[in-house]
Amino acid sequence: MGNASSVLTQYDIEEVQEHCNNLFAQQEIVSLYQRFCQLDRNAKGFVSADEFLSVPEFAVNPLSQRLLKMIDGLNFKDFVAFLSAFSAKASIEQKIELIFKVYDEDCNGKVSFDDILAILRDLSGSFMSEKQREKVLTHVVEEAGYARSSSLSMEDFIKILGNPGLKMEVEVPVD
Amino acid sequence: MGELNSSSSEIDLDRPNIEEYLTADSISKPQEEKLHLRDLLDISPALTEAAGAIIDDSFTRCFKSNPPEPWNWNIYLFPLWCFGVVVRYGILFPVRVLVLTIGWIIFLSSFIPVHFLLSGNDKWRRKLERYLVELICSFFVASWTGVVKYHGPRPSIRPKQVFVANHTSMIDFIVLEQMTAFAVIMQKHPGWVGLLQSTILESVGCIWFNRLEAKDRETVARKIKEHVQGLDNNPLLIFPEGTCVNNQYTVMFKKGAFELDCTVCPIAIKYNKIFVDAFWNSRQQSFTMHLLRLMTSWAVVCDVWYLEPQNKKPGETAIEFAERVRDIISVRAGIKKVPWDGYLKYSRPSPKHTEQKQKIFADSVLRRLEEK
Repeated sequence: MGNASSVLTQYDIEEVQEHCNNLFAQQEIVSLYQRFCQLDRNAKGFVSADEFLSVPEFAVNPLSQRLLKMIDGLNFKDFVAFLSAFSAKASIEQKIELIFKVYDEDCNGKVSFDDILAILRDLSGSFMSEKQREKVLTHVVEEAGYARSSSLSMEDFIKILGNPGLKMEVEVPVD
Repeated sequence: MGELNSSSSEIDLDRPNIEEYLTADSISKPQEEKLHLRDLLDISPALTEAAGAIIDDSFTRCFKSNPPEPWNWNIYLFPLWCFGVVVRYGILFPVRVLVLTIGWIIFLSSFIPVHFLLSGNDKWRRKLERYLVELICSFFVASWTGVVKYHGPRPSIRPKQVFVANHTSMIDFIVLEQMTAFAVIMQKHPGWVGLLQSTILESVGCIWFNRLEAKDRETVARKIKEHVQGLDNNPLLIFPEGTCVNNQYTVMFKKGAFELDCTVCPIAIKYNKIFVDAFWNSRQQSFTMHLLRLMTSWAVVCDVWYLEPQNKKPGETAIEFAERVRDIISVRAGIKKVPWDGYLKYSRPSPKHTEQKQKIFADSVLRRLEEK
């Protein structure tokens, strides 16, 4: 594979940094690029779903199939942009926005009861019955002052998840 | 917390230590009494774990070749380095090819007559063939100026014992074979290696199979059982990882070698990366290219330790036994253990791991719902 980082010029790095709102330092971009090249086995310029799944720690994640829909076929710039929500420098809004996007599968800007139920299904698998899931969800939704039929917007998500903040940080190893 | 741990350890009885790597509680919620909408909506632990795996993971690290440290970094050393390149490619390499060729000529010109002429006298034929295979392996080791230090007693031929070693490259086999003619369980390879497997190596009792064929595995299990019972059979050597790892990690041991009801003799092999990385990344390189790389380097330096034979303790499962032996090998060779199955290189992890996470999550939600 050779020394892939040498391919990135300062100019390239700045472009990528801009694309991710300067949430990663130059060294971190270089590390991410090495990782990207490692994942992109045939050097096609993007990482396919199959290549993401070749990382067992990712493949066993209950949300992996859902995340794949968001990250399948990303090029390097979008790969970094996706991961930038996990940077320690990213704002809480940005982190919540990512969570919101995971929920909002049809991208209509609203998260319905069924959307939440679908995630709950991924997370609990066969260890909760559909009835139990619905019961739990109805209970907490009503307790929070929403109806089963109401759908949540991005603002609702910020209200619910924003305080106290989230711990959603991943450190990029820099050598 | 205690309850969470016990529920997770029940499931991964056969995957010891996995919690160290897959933080089991990362997906469960903070231990509060009452369940709120926020607790269900907050999927940040699962997302963080996924992003962490995308950025870095222990499995990929096991199969990463280490690029050589460039030392021609200044103007004074650069001419020396160039001189080294000329010596290595211009002098050492041709000499080594010559040595290897002579080795093959000697080997073939004696092996073929021995094999056919002495077919009536089994005892002598075996003895000579054993000796000749050791000889050709010494020629191979010489062709990369192998500096191999053997520690501990040399293996002898005895029934009901099996040797297990960590696996870095096919040259492990050559390094071990030059001292003792082992019978090895190996993956069937294509090309000239496959040809050697089915002709010469068959005579020392090697058994090979295709790791992806379940039917092959059954046949092999039967053959192994027959082999270890024989009095005069060559000692059996198994690489229980089932795949080459880069000599900095060990992946899970397959339990096959540990349920034979035999004494297991661990062998630890550690390569010194000072001149060349001995890891054979079979996805990137053919074995021929791998050998060429070794033959154009200064030397292959490695240590081999024959370790204390181990027996299965009463009440110990084959998997626990395998883990114990893996501990012994990784401590001696100074390599790290990871909980992954090396075959994941060729297939996807079982849904069992995902289910374990789902169970933890579901248990926590249900328990907190009852508490309200």
